[in-house]
Amino acid sequence: MSSCPDAPCKLELTGITKWFKVDGVPLKALEDVRLHARAGEFVSIIGPSGCGKSTLFNIICGLLEPDEGQVLLDGQVASRRAGLVGYMPQKDLLLPWRSVLDNVILGPELRGEDLRESRREARELLPLFGLEGFADAYPAVLSGGMKQRAALLRTFLTHREVLLLDEPFGALDALTRMELQEWLLGVWERFRKTILFVTHDVDEAVFLSDRVYVLTPRPGRVRTVIPVPLPRPRARSIIASPEFAALRYQLLEALALR
Amino acid sequence: MRRSAQVRAPGIGQAIAEYGPAVLLVALVFAAWEAATAVWKIQAWLLPAPSAIAKAAVDARGLLGPHLAQTVVETLVGFGAALAVGLLLALLIDLSATLRRALYPLLVISQTIPIIAVAPLLVIWFGYGLLPKVIVVGLVCFFPIVVGTADGLRSTDPDLIALLQSMGATRRQVFFKVRVPASLPGMFTGIKVAITYSVVGAIIGEWVGASRGLGVFMLRATNSFRTDWVFATIAVVSALSLALFLAVVGIERLALPWFYTKAREETWEEM
Repeated sequence: MSSCPDAPCKLELTGITKWFKVDGVPLKALEDVRLHARAGEFVSIIGPSGCGKSTLFNIICGLLEPDEGQVLLDGQVASRRAGLVGYMPQKDLLLPWRSVLDNVILGPELRGEDLRESRREARELLPLFGLEGFADAYPAVLSGGMKQRAALLRTFLTHREVLLLDEPFGALDALTRMELQEWLLGVWERFRKTILFVTHDVDEAVFLSDRVYVLTPRPGRVRTVIPVPLPRPRARSIIASPEFAALRYQLLEALALR
Repeated sequence: MRRSAQVRAPGIGQAIAEYGPAVLLVALVFAAWEAATAVWKIQAWLLPAPSAIAKAAVDARGLLGPHLAQTVVETLVGFGAALAVGLLLALLIDLSATLRRALYPLLVISQTIPIIAVAPLLVIWFGYGLLPKVIVVGLVCFFPIVVGTADGLRSTDPDLIALLQSMGATRRQVFFKVRVPASLPGMFTGIKVAITYSVVGAIIGEWVGASRGLGVFMLRATNSFRTDWVFATIAVVSALSLALFLAVVGIERLALPWFYTKAREETWEEM
């Protein structure tokens, strides 16, 4: 029954459909969304605003239930999914009353794991996330890029194999965003997580991903899947290559279809 | 990219810039007052000079002491009761929409009752002891605490709650790890308003029937035309209110250091 071509398939959505009532009028937000991500794959979802990307993420991380279809994790139907995937929302959502260190260990803390061990592990990772020396600082003193990296470290420290990143760099300026994209690839290559990444930036999608799902406007459906066979590790210079330009064009075309 | 995690400590120069104008204005008013009483030879029972009031306060300190102690006890016990009841009510209001609809109008109505009319009834019901004063202080104080805390609990960013739920948090964890800390600034705002009213509440409670307290002393001073003592008591009441307020501000600063942590920004000035 699995549509996953070659195992192991980490995450799979089997025809997710979701309705909402807007002012009493039924509205279909998602229609028969099928997608999958293999272990260690970097998969992006791109689509126009209002295509239901965030709804899809809320369904995957267990905040919403689909009307049709299922979420499979490691090939198993995951009915109680809350806490089984790492979710990073658009906003950094750091708790302003907690230090950076106590923010990033929130996942293990909620599961009742040993706090000292979690803090030790978090401290070791702070330099990699560009937060060295800020363990005891409050989020208010961090720059926008640092806040996003702290939120990402919090997501990594949930120790989940599947991470959902919802436009994590959407609110950042272009230079910081570029810097963080390269950095994210480095971190991902090191930890080999399965990442599902929402964006509406075509360059970002091509630069980061192994495959890109293009969603239609409401109701969100998968219009096409575009594989990105660019070699890894990828350096920023790759954006000047003809292959990159061709993929970028292909993606723009897919988005522009009416 | 790296920024200092330090919060800038206010310097002496900044303190002068901050409080200097107010201090100067008060000093000017007192000087004018002093001069006016001397120039127009205003009688002391009508309007004593600030210097005479200061002297009266020093002379009467032995008398004022026990009265002050009584008022402080009434204020603190009343405020403590208001805090306990206020937090409990805020919690109940937050717990269920039905309770909110049932309680909120009653709470608002309780604030429309003129305290000065109820206070004598409290004396009739509960006598001349501590209880009626505690009730008056409590009535005056609990409302801002309820409103501040309930609003604080309600204003918690729903995205923060959703984030914790996505991480598998229980309702209890969401409440204690997100909603309670998020409500603290609102709670402290309510407490600051409440503590400012609290001493006046105790004074009103004493006016309608007591044997000790600053309110009693003030009443006796008025009746014996010791206007200098009346003013001295007013000064003590103001100082007490101010001290309590500053104590709350101090506790808030210690309890919520994050709330007062702002991103350090360089200030660029034209030269």
